[in-house]
Amino acid sequence: MLLIECPWCGERAETEFSYGGEAGIERPAEPDTLTDAEWADYLFCRSNPRGPHKELWNHAQGCRRWFGVERDTVTYRIERSYLLHESQGDM
Amino acid sequence: MKRYSALGLLRNALSHNRNWPEAWRSAEPKKHYDAIIVGGGGHGLATAYYLAKVHGMRNVAVLEKGWIGGGNTGRNTTIVRSNYLWTEASLLYEKSIQLWEGLSQDLNYNVMFSQRGVYNIGHSLQDMRDIERRVNANRLVGIDAEVVDAAQIKKAIPHINTSATARYPILGASLQRRAGVARHDAVAWGFARAADALGVDIIEQCEVTGIDVEGGKVVGVQSSRGRIGADKIGVVVAGNASVVAAMAGLRLPIESHPLQAFVSEPLKPVLDTVVMSGAVHGYISQSDKGELVIGAGIDAYNGYGQRGSFPTIEHTMQAIIELFPIFSRVRMLRLWGGIVDVCPDACPILSKTPIDGLFLNCGWGTGGFKATPGSGWVFAHTIANDEPHELNAPFSLERFTSGALIDEHGAAAVAH
Ligand SMILES: Cc1cc2nc3c(=O)[nH]c(=O)nc-3n(C[C@H](O)[C@H](O)[C@H](O)COP(=O)(O)OP(=O)(O)OC[C@H]3O[C@@H](n4cnc5c(N)ncnc54)[C@H](O)[C@@H]3O)c2cc1C
Ligand SMILES: [Zn+2]
Repeated sequence: MLLIECPWCGERAETEFSYGGEAGIERPAEPDTLTDAEWADYLFCRSNPRGPHKELWNHAQGCRRWFGVERDTVTYRIERSYLLHESQGDM
Repeated sequence: MKRYSALGLLRNALSHNRNWPEAWRSAEPKKHYDAIIVGGGGHGLATAYYLAKVHGMRNVAVLEKGWIGGGNTGRNTTIVRSNYLWTEASLLYEKSIQLWEGLSQDLNYNVMFSQRGVYNIGHSLQDMRDIERRVNANRLVGIDAEVVDAAQIKKAIPHINTSATARYPILGASLQRRAGVARHDAVAWGFARAADALGVDIIEQCEVTGIDVEGGKVVGVQSSRGRIGADKIGVVVAGNASVVAAMAGLRLPIESHPLQAFVSEPLKPVLDTVVMSGAVHGYISQSDKGELVIGAGIDAYNGYGQRGSFPTIEHTMQAIIELFPIFSRVRMLRLWGGIVDVCPDACPILSKTPIDGLFLNCGWGTGGFKATPGSGWVFAHTIANDEPHELNAPFSLERFTSGALIDEHGAAAVAH
């Protein structure tokens, strides 16, 4: 069981959270100019690394806020939680 | 290859089973191959086998970083069926069932394919509508499928809880009688042995660490056993698809997740078919050794650790006990995890790539074991001809750009 630290509520069990996937994916600023391939990359492609991963979590059964977590996808070890507005371009 | 036979069994018994030949050679890598298959799971081995058998390509190697069948092939719960919703998907899986039906004979290896039927249970009116729609879709393309009601289920599976007061009452199910289970290890070993007999080099403990591309065309791989040249490369590495594709600079619409499975202590025969429920989310069958074989859903987060978390274990057990209260005191013997490669539309990628000579077979997620022979069949065709077979043409990487997704999420109840 992962012990995840919500920046507002502190450490809680994994079951209180829901997972939001890779962090830092920004909606294209100028959607009209995108090619189909660029849209496909934005919508569907993910970096899916083996190792350190920045990801989104939601404290669904607590304060219901989103935040970022740095976690290793092999050891599952959590490095830190962070506030999304504190890491521009790294949502 | 020494053929296995009843007589051979007897002869080897008389010599105390000391003289069995090895099932496949441990080959040393050559300098160059016409085709390299990266990944020695069932899909990779089946691809190599059909390349040699159907397309006459025998200068082929399978490179496996661990041991044959040590990935998802040897970790899965072995459910085989073809009752998917969309025509593209059901025809692909149906091709596979047709190959399963003759596979033990074809490979001269008993893969213990057992067509004991699969029930996909419905617990609500909407479940039953979806089941009827899927059964009709299956019958329209010639796949055996029927809708059964709760009384029929109870008659076939006496221990299942069909009480109307259950928290998730059972209203009915789809039943595919030709579906069933097979022995996963035997599938890997059988394909390895048969491919080897046709000249394919099976090279274990050989991790691919780089893909060499020159002028937009593959020329070979870097590996833990040195550089190996190749005209064509098929990447069939399941949960590691993104990692290996990145070696050629490709980004994939795939995320890797842990998926767990469990077996119980062995019991006397108690369940002679396969039961799956998407709503309570669990599935169960009984192996020939008597163990209950149990599985459920993925862990939500990305993971490569070949293990999952306790909440998922608890959830799985809740689902099984909801369906079968009789199993509440059965003890679990073992549990493990595999890493599954999940696509946004829950369908595989069997495709050429923007790089000449590089082919991808991945994205099977939680449900690729059933497709092992069919996947190898169409992927070998794709590699040999540089063109997809008509059955896998819809499963291109391109579909994510064109938008022609094949949305099997939810459509086929649990995705195994
Ligand atoms: C717990 C669980 C239950 C499942 N239940 C079912 C089920 O009931 N029915 C069903 O149809 N499907 C099921 N599946 C899915 C099924 O197991 C997979 O879709 C299928 O086995 C994938 O086949 P494969 O041969 O591609 O994968 P694998 O057997 O995983 O083969 C891939 C191989 O590639 C190797 N590899 C990876 N990276 C490299 C590298 N760099 N160099 C060399 N080799 C490499 C790996 O070591 C591995 O052996 C289940 C999966 C799991 C984990
Ligand atoms: Zn919180």
